Amino acid sequence: MTEKFDCIIIGAGPSGVATAYNLVNAGLNVVIFERGETPGSKNMFGGILYSTILNRLIPEFWKEAPVERHITRKRYSLLSKDSEIAFDLNFNAFNKPPYNNSFTVLRAKFDKWFAKKAEDAGALIITEAVVDDFITDDGKIQGVKVRMEEGAVYGDVVVCAEGANSLLAEKAGMKKKPDPGIMIMGVKEIISLPEEIINDRFCLEDGQGCAFEFFGEALGGVTGSGFIYTNKDTLSVGIGCPIAVLRNNRLKPNELIEGFKRHPSVHNLLRGGKIEEFSAHMIPEGGYNVMPELTKDGLILVGDCAGLLNPSLYKEGTNMAMASGVFAAETIIEAREKGDFSKAALNSYVKRLKESFVFKDLKRYKDVPEILHSLPGLFKEYPEGIIELLQGYFTISEKSKDENRKEIMRTFKDKVSLWKFLIDMYKTRRFFR
Amino acid sequence: MEEHLKPLGEKTLPEKLFLLRFKVDKDNHLILNKDVCWECDERVCLFICPSEVYRWDEGRKEVIVSYEGCLECGSCRIACKEGAIDWRNPRGGFGVSYKFG
Ligand SMILES: Cc1cc2nc3c(=O)[nH]c(=O)nc-3n(C[C@H](O)[C@H](O)[C@H](O)COP(=O)(O)OP(=O)(O)OC[C@H]3O[C@@H](n4cnc5c(N)ncnc54)[C@H](O)[C@@H]3O)c2cc1C
Ligand code: SF4
Ligand code: SF4
Repeated sequence: MTEKFDCIIIGAGPSGVATAYNLVNAGLNVVIFERGETPGSKNMFGGILYSTILNRLIPEFWKEAPVERHITRKRYSLLSKDSEIAFDLNFNAFNKPPYNNSFTVLRAKFDKWFAKKAEDAGALIITEAVVDDFITDDGKIQGVKVRMEEGAVYGDVVVCAEGANSLLAEKAGMKKKPDPGIMIMGVKEIISLPEEIINDRFCLEDGQGCAFEFFGEALGGVTGSGFIYTNKDTLSVGIGCPIAVLRNNRLKPNELIEGFKRHPSVHNLLRGGKIEEFSAHMIPEGGYNVMPELTKDGLILVGDCAGLLNPSLYKEGTNMAMASGVFAAETIIEAREKGDFSKAALNSYVKRLKESFVFKDLKRYKDVPEILHSLPGLFKEYPEGIIELLQGYFTISEKSKDENRKEIMRTFKDKVSLWKFLIDMYKTRRFFR
Repeated sequence: MEEHLKPLGEKTLPEKLFLLRFKVDKDNHLILNKDVCWECDERVCLFICPSEVYRWDEGRKEVIVSYEGCLECGSCRIACKEGAIDWRNPRGGFGVSYKFG
């Protein structure tokens, strides 16, 4: 390729495509290299697209985008080995546009659609093309090396949107290889069920969806969680577990997801299903505390490779990825007017991130992963204690209620140190506030 | 029993991988530094991989890599403390392709 581009983007996930979409709409000449057969073919996520940014880029996108269901019901449950207590929320207000900006999607379909929108707007998208390295001259990034014949491609600026497995961001010296404590292994299965059965089983009407999150002993007592999200006629069923936890406990991810599916509360929700797909992907949860360099001469990092993911209950990654793409595009348009793509000029990207919900939320939840690691009790001792306590409370017997209550408090205290419990619960306030 | 009430059928890992579409390249994209692996006592790669790409060959006394079934999640590179895995993206268009994702 002898042509020089205004901007080269590595990766056609939400962050790369959002960058491209904004740049081509401002008249820039943009190319995206994507290693998959099609955009999305390499990508997997839990399943909820948060769409405030997308709705600004493509108003009422849900009318044309391949969304599965909008989320009206959320359920947070605490599992012990064989029991469950849950907190269930239903919001009727989320049944109308913009549907609380939460939709389940399947990435192979959604990413393809979103990339096509950028393509129609004028972006050049080259699939089956892996970027292996940058072309650097005098410290400034001048372009990329694509694994193909005559694969040197030049541009004014490069946007790295390669996702969680950040080989290139590391190569460019923006970050070190991430620590296994902050990288979560996500394993997921797609399980098909007829649409009416899903509606029935999860108490949903056509188009409505739910997100079930499972904590406590979802992974047999180690740090991590499980989820079930409803798609139109499939369920996304998966787990997340820090790589350091897998390593320290010598656990196999496939056995963890099998164990999760065997829990009685989960098992019953999956009846009649058929496994259609098995997949794995990493989630970068280091957030604010391990933020990489976000810019250098001729280069901007966006999305997961920049660590822009909210590690709290929200697990918001797609929205932050798209927001960072929008900010990168604004920055590049500005830099182009001045003809200056130096780090100093590109740093207004960081400023934009700081002023937005992205940095504010990352900062707010920066300690969540560490707190979770420091509270192993949350994943075994406490759920067991709490569930046993409640079970005792609701057990019908001929003991007097007073006698019964005293007895169950005694067993709870035997199991769980009350002070430690209260202190640990206090530590978790950050997750919810 | 009615179809929708039957327990979810279990699938073994090979059965699950069989559901996926892999376009297999002739070149391995996960190159191990065998000298480092020989000295390694943790051998996390043997259990950390969701598709169990790494196996210990007792006869050859080395780690065998069945890169053909790699889901390209990148976890092995993060988990291997010794940095013995030279992890490269497979050639464009090769490797796993998800239908749902
Ligand atoms: C299990 C799991 C559950 C999740 N749940 C949610 C959720 O419910 N809601 C939510 O909002 N977020 C969720 N996330 C996070 C979300 O998926 C990410 O934050 C988001 O996809 C990041 O977008 P991205 O564009 O930065 O990266 P990606 O979506 O990973 O896109 C990167 C793209 O770059 C391509 N690429 C990589 N390297 C190269 C290269 N060298 N050359 C060419 N192309 C390359 C890849 O093929 C890919 O298409 C979840 C993630 C996981 C793994
Ligand atoms: S790849 Fe890493 S973990 Fe596996 S044997 Fe080699 S050095 Fe050890
Ligand atoms: S990248 Fe993931 S699937 Fe591939 S070998 Fe490593 S751990 Fe296994």
